[in-house]
Amino acid sequence: MSIAMRDAFGKKLVELGVTHPNLVVLDADVSSSTKSALFGKAYPERFFNVGVAEANMVDIAAGMATAGLRPVVNAFAIFLALKATDQIRNTICYNNLPVIIAGAYGGLSDSFDGASHQAITDIAIMRALPNMQVIVPSDSFQAEQALEYALTQQGPVYIRLNRNAMPDLPRAAAISTVKVTEGSDVTIAANGITASFAAEAAELLKKEGIKAEVFSVPMVKPFGIEAIVESVAKTGRLLTVEEHVLAGGFASAVSEVFMKRGISCRFDAIGIEDTFTESGPYIPLLAKYGISAENIAARAMALSK
Amino acid sequence: MSSTVKDLLGDVKRKFNAKELSALAAYFRTVMFETLYKSQTGHWGGAASSAELTTALYFNRLKIDPKNPQWEERDRLILSKGHASVNLYTVLAHRGFFPTEELETFRRLDSRLQGHPSMNSTSGVDMSTGALGHGLSIGVGMALAARLKGQKFWTYVISGEGCLNEGQSWEAMMSAAKYKPEGLVLMVDYNKVQLDGTEDEIMPMGCLASKLTSFGWHVAPTAYNGHDTASILDSFAWMDSDDVWPKAVIYDTVKGKGISFTENKSAWHGAVIDDDSYAKGIVELNADLAKKEAVL
Repeated sequence: MSIAMRDAFGKKLVELGVTHPNLVVLDADVSSSTKSALFGKAYPERFFNVGVAEANMVDIAAGMATAGLRPVVNAFAIFLALKATDQIRNTICYNNLPVIIAGAYGGLSDSFDGASHQAITDIAIMRALPNMQVIVPSDSFQAEQALEYALTQQGPVYIRLNRNAMPDLPRAAAISTVKVTEGSDVTIAANGITASFAAEAAELLKKEGIKAEVFSVPMVKPFGIEAIVESVAKTGRLLTVEEHVLAGGFASAVSEVFMKRGISCRFDAIGIEDTFTESGPYIPLLAKYGISAENIAARAMALSK
Repeated sequence: MSSTVKDLLGDVKRKFNAKELSALAAYFRTVMFETLYKSQTGHWGGAASSAELTTALYFNRLKIDPKNPQWEERDRLILSKGHASVNLYTVLAHRGFFPTEELETFRRLDSRLQGHPSMNSTSGVDMSTGALGHGLSIGVGMALAARLKGQKFWTYVISGEGCLNEGQSWEAMMSAAKYKPEGLVLMVDYNKVQLDGTEDEIMPMGCLASKLTSFGWHVAPTAYNGHDTASILDSFAWMDSDDVWPKAVIYDTVKGKGISFTENKSAWHGAVIDDDSYAKGIVELNADLAKKEAVL
C-alpha cells in the first residue's frame, strides 16, 4: 500500500520548493487536508491561505503567474471545478497561464462527507477547457510525476488527487499510460485509482481463463490513448473504468477517439451512472457504484463472451 | 484631428498636465464614439465614463514602455470593467502600443481587438477581462508577485459597480486587506448606472467608502470627480501621500459622459449607435473637444 497521494504531493511540493524559487502555493483553508500546509511550513513567505474563497484564489494565482511566478492552487476538486470554473476558464485557460490546479479529494475519496464533497464531474469540466491539460494519477508516485511534469509546462494543468492510501502500481519513467498486465482477450483501460482495481480484476479473470490487458491511463488530456488503440487491435474488446460520471469523462474521451478513427470493438464502460453518490467507507462506496475488482472482472467477462 | 491635440500626441512620452489630459480625453471620446459607430457593436456608456481615468493613467501616471510592453517592472492596469474595451484600446493605440488605424478592426473577425480585452491578442493589455468581478483578485496576485520578486511596480484595478456586484470582488477585498500588498490601488469608476437600470434599482451599494474601509482598505478621504482631470491628479497625489496599503479611490463619474442624450442612461450601456445618434452625438463631442483645446 502506497502513502496517500495528498501526502506524496505535499512532500513533493516541499522538495520542489528548493529547486523552483518561483514556486508559490495557495490554499483555500483546507491546507491540512490537501497537505499543502507542509509547503506553508517550509516556505511561509511563498504560501498563501486565502480562506474559503476558491474563485479569488484562482485569480490571485493567475495574477502571480503573469508576473513570472509558478503557482499551485489547492482545494477540494469539486470546489475548484465548480466554484472556480469561471476563473479557471476565463483567466487561467483563456490566457494560457502556467497555473497548476491541484484538485484534492478527487472522485469519491472524500467518502464519508458525502455527495456534496465528491468530485464526479471535474474531469468533464476540465478537459472541455481549451489549453488545459488533465492528469488523473493512479497512485502517489504518479501524483509526484504529474507535479514534476506540470512544472515543465507553459500552460495550465489540472491534477486530480486522491485522499486515501491506495495500492502502488507499476511505474514508468514519466507520467504516461502504463501497461499493468499483459493479455490478449480483453483490454481494460483504467483511469486514476481505478487502475488498482482493474489489476486485481485481471487476477480474477485469469482464474476464469481470460487474459486481460490492463492499462493505467493517467493522461486524459493530452490523451494517452495510443497504447489502448494498439491493445484493442489485438483484443477487439475494451472496458473503460473511471471514478467519475460516464458523461463527458474518461469513457467519453475514449469513445471520441475511437469513433473519429472508425475503430470498432466490443465496448463497455464502468463509471458513475447519471446519479449522485453518498456517504460511506471508501472501498465499499466505490463498490456500490461499480468500481470493484469483482464488478470489473464480471463486466470484462461479459464482454469476452 | 485638431492641430492642438495632434501636437500633444506627437510627444506622448511626457507627463501631461490637467488641461492637456482633459483635451486628450475629449479627443479620445470622439475616436471611441466613431469606432463604436463604425463597428455597430460595443459599449459606449462605460467607455465614456472611464475616459479621463484611463487617459490620466496612461498619459501622466503609469510607468510603461510601449516599445517593450512585457517589461517586467512596468506598472499594471487591469480594466476589470472589460466592456469598456474601446476606451482601453483607444488610449493604448494613441500611447503607441499599436497603430491607431487598427481601431477600425474593433470586434471584427481576425482582429487583435477582441470584444473584451485579451492580453495575448493586444499589445499593452495586462490582463484579459470581460466576465465581471475578476480584476481585483488578479490585481492582488500581481501585487503580491511584485512583493515576492522584489519589484516596485504598481497595480491599478479599475472596477465599476457591476464588478462590485460580484461576490468575488469582496473575497478579493478581504484577501487584499490580509496581505496588504504594496502598490495595489482600486479605482472605482462609480457612475451609478448598470446595464439594466440605475444602481439604486439594480443593486444599491449603500455607502461604498464605508464598506471599503470596513473591509480593511485605505480609502481616499474624499470622492474625486472622475471627469475633472485636475481632480484625478489630486487623487494621484493622495496615492503618493503615504505608504498604507491597499488603497482605494472612488471617482464620481457619469455613464455615457459627453453626450447629453446618453448621459446616465442605462440603455446606452451597450446600445448600437444609429446614424441619427451618431450625427448628433459627434457634434457635441467635437464642441467639447474644441472648448478644451481652446484653453490649452
